[in-house]
Amino acid sequence: MYVIVAGAGKVGWNLARELVDKGHEVTLLEVDRRRYLVVEEELEHAVQYGDATELWVLERAGIQRADLVIAVTGDDEDNMLVCQVAKEKYLCDRVIARVNNPRNLQHFKLLGIQPVVSATDLILRLIEHEVPRYGLVHLLALEEERLEIIELEVFPKAPADGRRVADVHLPEGSLIISVLRDGKGFVPTGETVIEAGDEILLVLDPGLEDAITPFFSPNGQR
Amino acid sequence: MFVLIVGAGRVGAAVARRALAEGHEVSVLDEDPLSHERLDEITGRGWEDAGGRFTVGTALEVDALEAAGIEEADVFIASTDGDNTNLTVAQIAQRRYGVKKVVCRVMDPARAAWYAEQGLHTISPTQHAIEMFARALDLAA
Repeated sequence: MYVIVAGAGKVGWNLARELVDKGHEVTLLEVDRRRYLVVEEELEHAVQYGDATELWVLERAGIQRADLVIAVTGDDEDNMLVCQVAKEKYLCDRVIARVNNPRNLQHFKLLGIQPVVSATDLILRLIEHEVPRYGLVHLLALEEERLEIIELEVFPKAPADGRRVADVHLPEGSLIISVLRDGKGFVPTGETVIEAGDEILLVLDPGLEDAITPFFSPNGQR
Repeated sequence: MFVLIVGAGRVGAAVARRALAEGHEVSVLDEDPLSHERLDEITGRGWEDAGGRFTVGTALEVDALEAAGIEEADVFIASTDGDNTNLTVAQIAQRRYGVKKVVCRVMDPARAAWYAEQGLHTISPTQHAIEMFARALDLAA
């Protein structure tokens, strides 16, 4: 696979190295001359000096034949532009963009840039996962496929507490796929009895969270 | 008309002043409070006294754009010193807020030309300079 990586910061440099190790052909683009010279000592011809948001720089790097373009500069506008141009001008099928400020996520979506990776967002999700009092955790969201996986804690006196899975009538478009109890996870059957303190993994259509949480919260609160 | 100008450097500030003088409602957004002084200077009697609006904020922040009045804007001008900032924020104005007239400054002629083909009204001062030099030297295109 031929991959162009825009931005030789920590993310771009390490990414390029890993991709080269996996046998891919890589061109890394870096606009800062000093940074370029440092990276060039290791990556040699796999790094080029230039502004990845300049069309001729992308063309010099061979964007017309790139299978994948990854924009990981520290600047969201630059990442948006590189990906938009790669997709729409050079018809590159696959782009990946780094989002530095999670609040810019909506702008990437507006310009049709997917998928995006936001370190801040990932760390926030991990924090939510590690701190169970948040109750509901989004584990995975496949937006194109319109599918989500969430984790919920079962509180004492919740409507689902002490009930068989088959007797918890969740809204259509949702399904309990796993129960975490005493540090172990298992796939429940209809006969499995849900207990307070369990953590439940559900797969659902996006937007059903509000209808689902009352089944597992104290006295069915939202 | 309500004109929102993002980026009040020399160009943005001068356009803001002219639009205000023509009787338009003008709001300016810039991340640097110093640009407010430029507006004061250019109007001669204080930007707000002359009837202008000013918001300190970053172009890409939705909160800042909305505080500056993007939802009511008839015209949106992107004239920050960053080509990519101008190109992205102009598209946001067009696609998200449906601003009717959107104009953006793009120094790089190549990017300006391609985005113009995509339906964005771009102005490239560099391209204009090239043409004026060529004309001064009597060069063929």
